[in-house]
Amino acid sequence: MKVFSSYDNGRLTIYLHGELDHHAVRGAAELVERLLGEYLPRDCVLDLGRLSFMDSSGIALILRLHRRLVAGGGRFWVENVGAQPLRVLDAGGIGRVVQIAAAKEAKQA
Amino acid sequence: MKRDNYLKLEFPSRSANEALARASVAAFASQMDPTLDELGDIRTAVSEAVTNAIVHAYPDTVGVVWLRARILDGEYLEITVKDKGRGIEDVDRARQPLYTTGGEDRSGMGFTIMESFTDRLRIRSAPGRGTTVTMQRRIRRKPG
Ligand SMILES: Nc1ncnc2c1ncn2[C@@H]1O[C@H](COP(=O)(O)OP(=O)(O)OP(=O)(O)O)[C@@H](O)[C@H]1O
Ligand SMILES: [Mg+2]
Repeated sequence: MKVFSSYDNGRLTIYLHGELDHHAVRGAAELVERLLGEYLPRDCVLDLGRLSFMDSSGIALILRLHRRLVAGGGRFWVENVGAQPLRVLDAGGIGRVVQIAAAKEAKQA
Repeated sequence: MKRDNYLKLEFPSRSANEALARASVAAFASQMDPTLDELGDIRTAVSEAVTNAIVHAYPDTVGVVWLRARILDGEYLEITVKDKGRGIEDVDRARQPLYTTGGEDRSGMGFTIMESFTDRLRIRSAPGRGTTVTMQRRIRRKPG
């Protein structure tokens, strides 16, 4: 699991690469916290375009980020979600809480 | 031959083994010629069941997790994940979406995901004795 980021004009984009499971989520959450503390963004985008696997551990991370950003008066959404993570988010009904945009290839599924 | 093939794994409840468990079952299932979506569902369901054994069954110790995958009637994949950990007091309640004893780090969606990604989910548990989760997923034979 790798975490990358870019920052532009109040918006922090976080890119997760690899597999996000219970084993990986703690390290990922720490890095994300550090980025949020460093940039203090108004809005935050989670880009899952290079995430090859995610389970319910990822749901907890996404809901936590959403709560944090919204509590600070900002916005949070998830982009570029591939087929497998999208099925997990759908099964969890997460789209009712957090705005989720599927990757182009995952959309027809 | 492959109609009664099976795989058995035993490993300590360390989180590094989550990836190993789902990759092993996915490799085993590939002989059933699954679609990418089917394979994704299987990996996810295994990950949820194995993570539960690691997180909830043995919260403060390292215990043993047993995993079995087998092919039934040529087109059902059955996955069994067993622990001898803490057990579940009330299985019906544990199956409810959002129910968790895991706090902020958990979403309480594991059993809900296992249920929606498989055709059958059975949970047998006894407090203090352990939990056995059995899932079946149909992998349709592809024509040709
Ligand atoms: N193998 C197990 N041993 C003991 N308790 C378990 C086991 N599996 C599940 N449980 C109990 O059932 C609850 C619900 O499990 P479920 O997988 O649905 O959610 P979770 O693990 O809490 O959160 P998530 O899976 O979303 O990270 C757990 O919080 C735990 O109390
Ligand atoms: Mg779980």
